[in-house]
Amino acid sequence: MSLLEAEALSVHFGGVKAVQDVSFTVEKGEVFSIVGPNGAGKTTIFNLISRIYDTTHGSVIFAEQDITRVPTHAIAELGIARTFQNTELFEQESVLNNLLIGCHIHRSTNLISEIFFLPAVRRQELAFREIAEEVIDLLDLQSYRDQIIGNLPYGVRKMVEIARALCLKPKLLLLDEPSSGLNPEETDDLSFWLEDINQDLGITVIMVEHDMNLVSQASDRVMALADGQLLTVGSPEAVQNHPDVLRAYLGD
Amino acid sequence: MRFVRKTKYQQDINLIQHSGHVLWYGLLLLAVFSAPLWLDRFLLGEFTYVFIYAIAGLGLMVLVGYTGLVSLGHAAFLAIGAYVHAYLLNQGLPFPVTMLIASLFSAFVGAMIAIPALRMTGIYLAVATLAFAVIVEQVLVHWSSVTGGFRGMAVPRAELGGVDFSSPVVFYFLSLTLLLGSMILVMNLLRSPAGRAMTAVRDSETSAESMGIHIARTKTLAFALSAGFTGLAGALFAHRLTYLAPDAFTIITSIQLLLMVVVGGLGSLHGVIYGAIFIGLLPQGIAILRDTVPPAIAQIPGLEPAIFGLILILFLIYEPLGIYGRWRKVRLFFEEFPLYRKATHKRQKSFLRTERLQ
Repeated sequence: MSLLEAEALSVHFGGVKAVQDVSFTVEKGEVFSIVGPNGAGKTTIFNLISRIYDTTHGSVIFAEQDITRVPTHAIAELGIARTFQNTELFEQESVLNNLLIGCHIHRSTNLISEIFFLPAVRRQELAFREIAEEVIDLLDLQSYRDQIIGNLPYGVRKMVEIARALCLKPKLLLLDEPSSGLNPEETDDLSFWLEDINQDLGITVIMVEHDMNLVSQASDRVMALADGQLLTVGSPEAVQNHPDVLRAYLGD
Repeated sequence: MRFVRKTKYQQDINLIQHSGHVLWYGLLLLAVFSAPLWLDRFLLGEFTYVFIYAIAGLGLMVLVGYTGLVSLGHAAFLAIGAYVHAYLLNQGLPFPVTMLIASLFSAFVGAMIAIPALRMTGIYLAVATLAFAVIVEQVLVHWSSVTGGFRGMAVPRAELGGVDFSSPVVFYFLSLTLLLGSMILVMNLLRSPAGRAMTAVRDSETSAESMGIHIARTKTLAFALSAGFTGLAGALFAHRLTYLAPDAFTIITSIQLLLMVVVGGLGSLHGVIYGAIFIGLLPQGIAILRDTVPPAIAQIPGLEPAIFGLILILFLIYEPLGIYGRWRKVRLFFEEFPLYRKATHKRQKSFLRTERLQ
């Protein structure tokens, strides 16, 4: 049984068919990349999986559960975490607080105990900090821990966003263009971290990515889209040399 | 400059983070608790007023400063708190109970308001809350069997066990204690998941939702807490007024409350106190000014609201972080002297928000 199955996924915005009949499966433990020219519907697929958009037709099944109509906030609890193309961090908060918000789904205390800060809340705060610090260690964010997001360079913000997603301890991580805006060294680091995330933490990764080097280095399988339609799925080399993919990128 | 060496997570979690806090806040507490000894009765009353404003400001700060929802109708919650408190006192209930019920009822109304308000943000929400305040004002005027209508309602003295809580000194301590209590509750909220969820909603709803935060629940909670604190302030405010009439809770009051949190500094609890001092003492300042300027200027009708409005606009343009933001800059200047860089507080423009999900 695959971890994620998208079945004839379609979404229409008025007359615009952003995604049409796209079916794919993602196996547990793999790194699955989605590539395609601008406007192909890559980010839209992410927004369908994370339930920011409503699916018009088709269904998404995650860990044998149909999540096509699950409310947006419930997605995180099921074990799906995501990052955003242009980063959607909590800008006026410190890095640590952003990560602690990532821990929110592990919350077991209620409002009353929190406003009186009962011992259970303190214990939970300590546990959250353990989770956050482990992630900070993994991604080398120590020097930024107490800085406000608004003051950080873009490359670091990208990493903080991945860190925040990891604090959810997800089964599936959706990375929307993780290397955009990163310099070549940072992109190299990213591919190592991807490997760590995937192999050491055992998290399945789906990423939308334009950097073909990163895609071929990091991913097990690649799906190519163009104009909302599926072109092909396969190994990175096979997809790069597929005639439809070449046509979509280069024209006839 | 102070460098705190952190060796335990507890240090981040504790409310008192280093010895400097103990010293300065200790001195401040000593000053406010000994105030009746060295302050004359008039100023003591003014400080009590500042404390009451600060409690309402705490409530509004939770909503505006931490959850990012603007309310132009908080005078309504102040009114609800005041009227419920006075009504129940008139029915003969003991005053701590009436105060609690006033606060809880106000919180309940706040939660009810949140339901339609959830669909709105920004200016639309401000207009909707303004409309709510107008409705409450009309209810106060027309439901005369309960509220006394235009004639108003007398507020009985708050007495418990032979102690008159309405007498200036006791009332000063009552307000101070309630302010400190409310402050601790809000500080606890802000260092726990519920408070962080609010700031998350403020900064990015899309991403808060993807982190598993229930947006509707968080906003409703913020509204309820905010209304609850403001209702508590209303109950105290009733004793200061001693006689309740609908014209004490108009749009001007709502604007003053909003002015308080904006001028004080959005998103900081220090800001609440600075804002409350500012708003509480500004009318006195204007009164003194009136005596010094020619009568032709001093007698202009609507001078006070105009000055309030002008100050709000000047702050929004020149110091969006309020008095607290200004204070931080001054402090940094002295801490880093002579190495202060002027550009430290320049806001970085972000250019990459074009494709934001809405």
